[in-house]
Amino acid sequence: MFSEFLQFLISGVTVGATYALVALGFSIIYNSSNVINFAQGEFVMLGGMSTVFLLSAGFPLPLAILCAIAITVVIGLLLEKLAIEPAREGSVVTLIIITIGASIFLRGATQIAIDKEFHSLPAFSGEEPIMIGGASMLPQSLWIVGGAFVMVLLMWFFFDHMKLGKAMLAMSYNRLAARLVGINVRMVLTLSFVQAALLGAIGGILVAPMSVTYYEVGIMLGLKGFCAAILGGLGRGWGAVLGGLIVGVAEAMGAGYISSDYKDAIAFIIILLVLFFMPSGLLGKRSTERV
Amino acid sequence: MTGKLMNPRSGGLLALAAFIVAVPFLLPNEFYFDVAVRAGINAIVCVGLNLLIGYAGQISLGHAGFLGLGAYTSAILTANYGWHPLAAMALGATLVGVLAFAVARPILRLKGHYLAMATLGLGIIISIVVNNEADVTGGPDGMMVPPLVVFGFEVYGEKIWYWLVGAGLLVSVWLALNIIFSPVGRALRSVHGSEVAAEVSGIDTARYKVMVFVISAILASAAGSFAAHYSGFITPSDVSFFKSIELVTMVVLGGMASIFGAVVGAVILTILPELLTWFSEYEHMIFGLILMLTMIFMPKGLIPTLSVKMRIQGGARVEGKQS
Repeated sequence: MFSEFLQFLISGVTVGATYALVALGFSIIYNSSNVINFAQGEFVMLGGMSTVFLLSAGFPLPLAILCAIAITVVIGLLLEKLAIEPAREGSVVTLIIITIGASIFLRGATQIAIDKEFHSLPAFSGEEPIMIGGASMLPQSLWIVGGAFVMVLLMWFFFDHMKLGKAMLAMSYNRLAARLVGINVRMVLTLSFVQAALLGAIGGILVAPMSVTYYEVGIMLGLKGFCAAILGGLGRGWGAVLGGLIVGVAEAMGAGYISSDYKDAIAFIIILLVLFFMPSGLLGKRSTERV
Repeated sequence: MTGKLMNPRSGGLLALAAFIVAVPFLLPNEFYFDVAVRAGINAIVCVGLNLLIGYAGQISLGHAGFLGLGAYTSAILTANYGWHPLAAMALGATLVGVLAFAVARPILRLKGHYLAMATLGLGIIISIVVNNEADVTGGPDGMMVPPLVVFGFEVYGEKIWYWLVGAGLLVSVWLALNIIFSPVGRALRSVHGSEVAAEVSGIDTARYKVMVFVISAILASAAGSFAAHYSGFITPSDVSFFKSIELVTMVVLGGMASIFGAVVGAVILTILPELLTWFSEYEHMIFGLILMLTMIFMPKGLIPTLSVKMRIQGGARVEGKQS
């Protein structure tokens, strides 16, 4: 009984760590631009798929991973420079549609540049399960949770202790005031896309050995990461992490105890409940509108 | 001249009617009629969705869910329970209206794009249910839908459907124009301008937004029923998240806050994939690229951008806002 619960908890936290990385990406971009970046899931896909591609081209795994992260970050940078920045004066709806267009484009490009097949990466440190209290855990789970943890700490350090990070946060509180004290709005926007791409790529690479990766893998991952971001309070760093873990665990428990058919629906049921009962999310502040 | 024709109130509806009558003379065969019917059905959804996006300033990422509920209600009740198609369609529209109301009522009291998130969730849940409840819906394989019966006549063939959908589209546009030029429409435009100012002047902004949302959901449901009967077959992919995105894109591409823009957007995006099949491999890339480029260079959408251009060329005074 307990071992079963533990098993679900382990798989929930593992998946949740990936959602947390995606949710963080959403929040960072939202903070700097008010845009919901629907191409966030594609960063995850690009991380995994580029690694697969580079491995098959003969790169050793560590090098393939580094290059895949670099590729994804460059694509994130290009997306911001070529598609978001020229339309910066547009409405939020316009910008959202641009990111949707970008996500379709990136999926199409990947399916041509690489392929439409399902791939899996080799596990980073073997497939021998570790037994804990009757539940088994793959070593890759530790990589995922550990990797996500390190990224979250880095982000926390960046936003809480570095001048640049504080400048980015200032943007999200009051754009005009931030500009007036000399914060470079463009640079902040670019940086937010770079960070989101980085987080997405790392999430995609870490998770690829445990699940499959293919050109459409980012759709559901992206949408669930989005749910996690709202659950935690859109734009809140720790909220994103908490939201990711809750969505992941709820999904694993729901699939285990209720119905595995409706596993994918759980994140979205949570999102509806959150919107009905606490619309600013778990860690969000109630906002008032300035006129 | 063009300015007058572009004015939806005086000539727009007539122009659309003339266009619908003229198109069949230009279509060489059934295949083109098929595309035209599908474009028309999409256009009905977009006219409603445009009220929501363009006038109430809210975005829905789950309209395919409403379309799907309408379609599956029609399909299930007529195929499995022998209901009259029109009765099934009416029940579907009622259900969707009630659901939309129940969802929107609490959410539209909040500021920001919360409706987008709620509709996204709702739409995906609906598509997952449709996929999983294979006993009732046929699951991923889809299900057969009996033909539509109107006044005892079975509606079949692309050409008859063309006229039916054309009439449906005219009714939707007429309805939308009436809403826009009524006190409700003025209230909505004030919401789009400054919600706070509107509220301060005593307008119950949330109520109007809910109303428009419910109307757009009902139109989507009716269009879904049409689509199900027309194609005679329905699968979960017809009601997926992508369909929702496609619908929003049609509205935004054609032009927000422009009823005819929504129709044009629906027509273009229905035809586009047909043209792109020649580039089969590159279809998605090109589609994504077109989306991005339109939004970057014509953020207001095709019709408002073009009509402003025409007015400049005609030497007329350019108005700030297209209605």
